[in-house]
Amino acid sequence: MSDDSAPARPATADDGGILQKPMDRRGALGFLAGGLAAGASAISACSPLNAATPKEREIRLLEWEEFTQKHYRRMTEAERAETIERLERLAKLRDNEDVTIDTTDAQPGVLFGYAFNISKCQGFRSCVEACINENNLDRHADTQYIRIFEMEDGVVDLDSADPTYQHDVPAEGHFYLGTQCFQCANPPCVPVCPVGATWQEPDGIVVIDYDWCVGCRACMAACPYWARRFNWDAPEVPPEEVNPNQHYLGNRARHKGCVEKCTFCIHRTRKGRLPACVEACPTGARVFGNLLDPNSEIRWILANKHLFRLKEELATEPRFWYFSD
Amino acid sequence: MHLRPFLLSALRSVTSGDRRYHLWMGSLTAIMLVGAYGYFVQVTRGFSVTGMNNHVSWGLYISNMAFLVGLAAAAVILVLPAYVLHDVDFARAVLIAEGVAVSALVMCLAFVTANSPGLPFKWWRLTPVIGLLNWPSSMLAWDVIMLNGYLVLNIVIPFYILYSHYIGREPAKQKYVPFIYISVVWAVSIHLVTAFLFAGLPARPFWNSALLGPRFLASAFTAGPAFMILLLGFIQSQSRYAIPDVAIDKLATVTTIAAQANLVMLLSDIIFEFYSPTHHSLSARYLFFGLGEHHALVPWIRTGIALNIAATMVLMIHPLRRNRRWLMPACATLFVGIWVEKGIGLVIPGFVPSPLGEIVEYSPTWVELCVTAGIWALGLFVLTILVRVALPIELGEARSPHLEQAAVNKVVRPRAARPRYEEVRPVRFR
Repeated sequence: MSDDSAPARPATADDGGILQKPMDRRGALGFLAGGLAAGASAISACSPLNAATPKEREIRLLEWEEFTQKHYRRMTEAERAETIERLERLAKLRDNEDVTIDTTDAQPGVLFGYAFNISKCQGFRSCVEACINENNLDRHADTQYIRIFEMEDGVVDLDSADPTYQHDVPAEGHFYLGTQCFQCANPPCVPVCPVGATWQEPDGIVVIDYDWCVGCRACMAACPYWARRFNWDAPEVPPEEVNPNQHYLGNRARHKGCVEKCTFCIHRTRKGRLPACVEACPTGARVFGNLLDPNSEIRWILANKHLFRLKEELATEPRFWYFSD
Repeated sequence: MHLRPFLLSALRSVTSGDRRYHLWMGSLTAIMLVGAYGYFVQVTRGFSVTGMNNHVSWGLYISNMAFLVGLAAAAVILVLPAYVLHDVDFARAVLIAEGVAVSALVMCLAFVTANSPGLPFKWWRLTPVIGLLNWPSSMLAWDVIMLNGYLVLNIVIPFYILYSHYIGREPAKQKYVPFIYISVVWAVSIHLVTAFLFAGLPARPFWNSALLGPRFLASAFTAGPAFMILLLGFIQSQSRYAIPDVAIDKLATVTTIAAQANLVMLLSDIIFEFYSPTHHSLSARYLFFGLGEHHALVPWIRTGIALNIAATMVLMIHPLRRNRRWLMPACATLFVGIWVEKGIGLVIPGFVPSPLGEIVEYSPTWVELCVTAGIWALGLFVLTILVRVALPIELGEARSPHLEQAAVNKVVRPRAARPRYEEVRPVRFR
């Protein structure tokens, strides 16, 4: 897939002067053959038959299996294990990375919720950086799940807020509001997917099977919070910066042409840890916990603070609340 | 036993022609190859070669898809009167309309494929049982079913009729009329479903309107018949296939009414957005007036609306509408105007500003332009082939060679069940 220099030849050969020539039937056939050659070379570029070394051949073979892979939710335990083994082997072969890909299911009695203290956030964006490193986000495209909006005091209005500020923070007379995927209880992105590649897990996290996604981007049009990102190119993460603790539904390697999003750090939170953004925040503006646990901090905030959520009128029921001290 | 000669004669029809025909098909092939090259670049390098981004995540491909579903649906304007209401004026034009529907659907499916990087290889995931078609909740799943179903209907019905004529038999009504009724309902549904794909998203207030579905239909029934008039006019002037003038006159009337309805809905939308502008009107403001220094779409939409108004005015004046010198340019203008209004003015502004208020503009790259041109060439290529196969059969020039054999044994009744328009309507009423 990544090898795009070699197969370009047959296509460029019939590219020049194409518009000037009048065409008879034989000429048209010639052009058709050229087009077929271009198409065939596009396919053979990712075909195992075209591989130069045994290692490359193995990579190509493993990549081909993705096209016939089952939907994650339809896999048996054995098929899951087989898929994980293949993906881990691919990471080893491609970049010599030793990753472990987890498939831990949602834990019973757990429903995740998040609260964001707008009077504490100072706009440092430590959370953004932690998220990039933790979730193996594409460094080349500078993909970010978290967006921090700088707003003037007294105005909660995203349209006039500045999410791209580049100056010392906190700025005088401003406050900061962070957004990411809100893991809505009623997620508008889920029903629109034509192939059911995205769904809500029992613990409330909305996930994507990257390998099942066909890349139509209907979910991106449907999300009212701009939480989803597309891999316009093959994502690039320097091998030495890759976080090897991965989850199939979370921060494992994504490929060109699939949608991704925040999963509340599913690989951490399903094992009882906090999301990376919560851990990284130096001001304590971020609170995360189990909504079903009456003694959790998040429950205390929901019970004792004045709260609001974004775009309540859309009835998406985000599991992400804002509050102030 | 007739199928082989049928296919051979079809092949002969599409491969023989004068110099102009070969030049036309050759040029289309050349454009298709340019498109194939663009697609090749897109597949190998990734979608970053397009102008789309995380903010404007749909662009020229989905815009064209939405427009072309309308062109496909517009076949119903001829199918309904010809088959259901037994309007003999449309009897000869209807096969052409079905050909237009087929080629428009081929383009739609090509645009959907070009828009989704996974589809060329993962298309099987959209099939029930072996894949996982998220039906009925996903509007895109509905659209996949509707487009493919309508394509099958529009291939099977004309094929049956043409094949029957080819073997010198009158097509049996009870065999195809039930499918005609299905296709009439189906035609309206494909376009409504495509509208609901957008209208059903509260995240995008610009689309989230009950008017979107009806507006889609009105614009489709404007651009579709306008295209049909251009095509039928061309066939009339270039072949012996006698398409009655009255069919074109009737189509022109339909186009005029739909164009007026479309303008009324446009006005309604503009007043809705601007009388009491809210934050939900920002996309409309971006489209018609621009937001700050961002106004890429303003010249497009203003040109589109100007073209639509001018063409509609011409069509509303009876002497002008009945004059081919005015009718043809007016139809071409309407077609372009609706494409701009619906293609550029509908999909893209829905993404600007983003749901969180950020403004990122979109303009297509050369790759998208090449692929788009290639797909349009593909559609015209398919349409030319279909018309080229249908005409000789309908003119009685292409007949199964086995018929002469049969004629020796029994007398074959000449095909005359379909009344010629001259017999039914000797005086043209205006």
